[in-house]
Amino acid sequence: MIEVRNLSRYYGDFCAVEDVSFSIADGEVVGFLGRNGAGKSTTLKVLAGLLMPSSGAVTVDGVDMTEAPTSFRSRIGYLPEDPPLYEDMTVADFLRYMGSLRGMSSEQVETRLGEVMARTQITERADQLISELSHGFRKRVGIAQAIMHRPRLVILDEPISGLDPAQIRGMRQVIRSLAEESTVLISSHNLPEVSQTCDRVIVLKKGRLVAEPSQTADEMAPTIGGLAGGPLVNHLSLTLSGDEAAIASFLKASPLVRGHSLKAGGGLCLAHVLLNEDQPEQLVAALVGAGIGVRRVEDGLAVQLEDVFLDLTEDRS
Amino acid sequence: MNAVLHIARRELGSYLNSWWGWVILALILLFDGLAFNVYAVGFSPKYSADVLESFLEASTVTVMIGGVLLSMPTLARERAAGTLALLQTAPISEAQVIAGKYIGALGFLTLIKSLTLYMPALIEINGKVSWSQIGAGYLGLFALGAAVVAIGTFASAVSRNQVLSAVLGGSVVGVMILSWLVSRNSDPPLKAIFAYMALFDTHFQPFMRGRINTESLVYYASVSFAFLLLATRSLKARRWA
Repeated sequence: MIEVRNLSRYYGDFCAVEDVSFSIADGEVVGFLGRNGAGKSTTLKVLAGLLMPSSGAVTVDGVDMTEAPTSFRSRIGYLPEDPPLYEDMTVADFLRYMGSLRGMSSEQVETRLGEVMARTQITERADQLISELSHGFRKRVGIAQAIMHRPRLVILDEPISGLDPAQIRGMRQVIRSLAEESTVLISSHNLPEVSQTCDRVIVLKKGRLVAEPSQTADEMAPTIGGLAGGPLVNHLSLTLSGDEAAIASFLKASPLVRGHSLKAGGGLCLAHVLLNEDQPEQLVAALVGAGIGVRRVEDGLAVQLEDVFLDLTEDRS
Repeated sequence: MNAVLHIARRELGSYLNSWWGWVILALILLFDGLAFNVYAVGFSPKYSADVLESFLEASTVTVMIGGVLLSMPTLARERAAGTLALLQTAPISEAQVIAGKYIGALGFLTLIKSLTLYMPALIEINGKVSWSQIGAGYLGLFALGAAVVAIGTFASAVSRNQVLSAVLGGSVVGVMILSWLVSRNSDPPLKAIFAYMALFDTHFQPFMRGRINTESLVYYASVSFAFLLLATRSLKARRWA
């Protein structure tokens, strides 16, 4: 169990994180969201033991980071956004070194090395110099070093930034597999990715929590978005061509649609639709059958979560 | 203790795996070789003890310059590359990090200087060398190197990059060398203080003549400890900055 109580962190007079409290249960994968400068990285650095809090307390399994910093750090694995690696070492030697720094015996290191490389899918790169690795593999090596010592909490700062779609898919598998033995905290700007990878999300704005830490992405959306109710997968964003009044009356009458909002502009209509069931194909077929042009269909999961994120983090003036 | 040794071994390996380490090694051996032939042996007859004394005196230059250059990257390079975060999030103390870095840099300097031991041994060919003078001299060089590497490690701990680290470390060493000059132009009690602070003058000269001066050893140990303590405090303070 990870507990953060009334955490504040100042840089001089500037308050980067203010009175943040949340807890994370064992085995959870939690997303940490916020815009640039919201205090995400500072919070993660404090949780990793890299920075000390100005006030408040952070505990992992009851071990307080200020009272027992060494013991606290032995329970944490941390991957910064840009993975810091020793370029002149091979992957295996680097992981051996990191394991030994975390107090593992050489026997423990050798036993764990194979497991960790298999889990992060870098076994075939074991003898390669780190300087020769691609960005995706460097991220994986970064994760591998973070989990060498079986930490209770793994903190990953933007683990998918800079990865291509195939690498993101691989990384998603890696992150989910980490939850088998650790609690995982991820910060990311990729909101759909967070919703697919994480059990729930924590949102920071200007150093403060702005969403209930217990909420899942699905639970947050209806309380914020214009369309109330329904899981995120039932939300669709459609770009339609045709008469606005005809589109509105079609959506209102359709038995597939539970609610909708419509915006017209530039000869097109942008419709946000909440379906009764997860049946986007049937709605598109019905629209085309009614003579309404369908220019674009977007997954509501992505669109809605983005709306949620912006609603939560934007200044309304 | 294991973590200290792992860091020291990694540091030593980083010198041996980089061109930087080999360039410093080559330059020190080249300079010491020239100093032995041109400055120590020279072109006129000398007593063996004088040759050795001159060689040890010239060797302090490479110990001080080499010490600053080898300690320059210890922490500044880690900070620039972001890898300092790996050490600071590991379950080890700041003192262990500093100790490991220090032992690694000092170990490499000691290795380089031990490769020059054949030079005083060459004196045996045409003269009679005193092995106790060699032993005392190299002990003095080690003590001086330990102090300079500690100063360099401190400079590296407080600097954002290696160039700043070298400038700061070199400046502190320079001031401490020149304090004998300040002492000559000072009145008591400052005269004694500046004279005691001098890194080379009164503290190293006994070793050149084959005398192991305990007071000087205590001085070099104190300088080493003080700067390593400052480096540790500096690293610790960054968690709160």
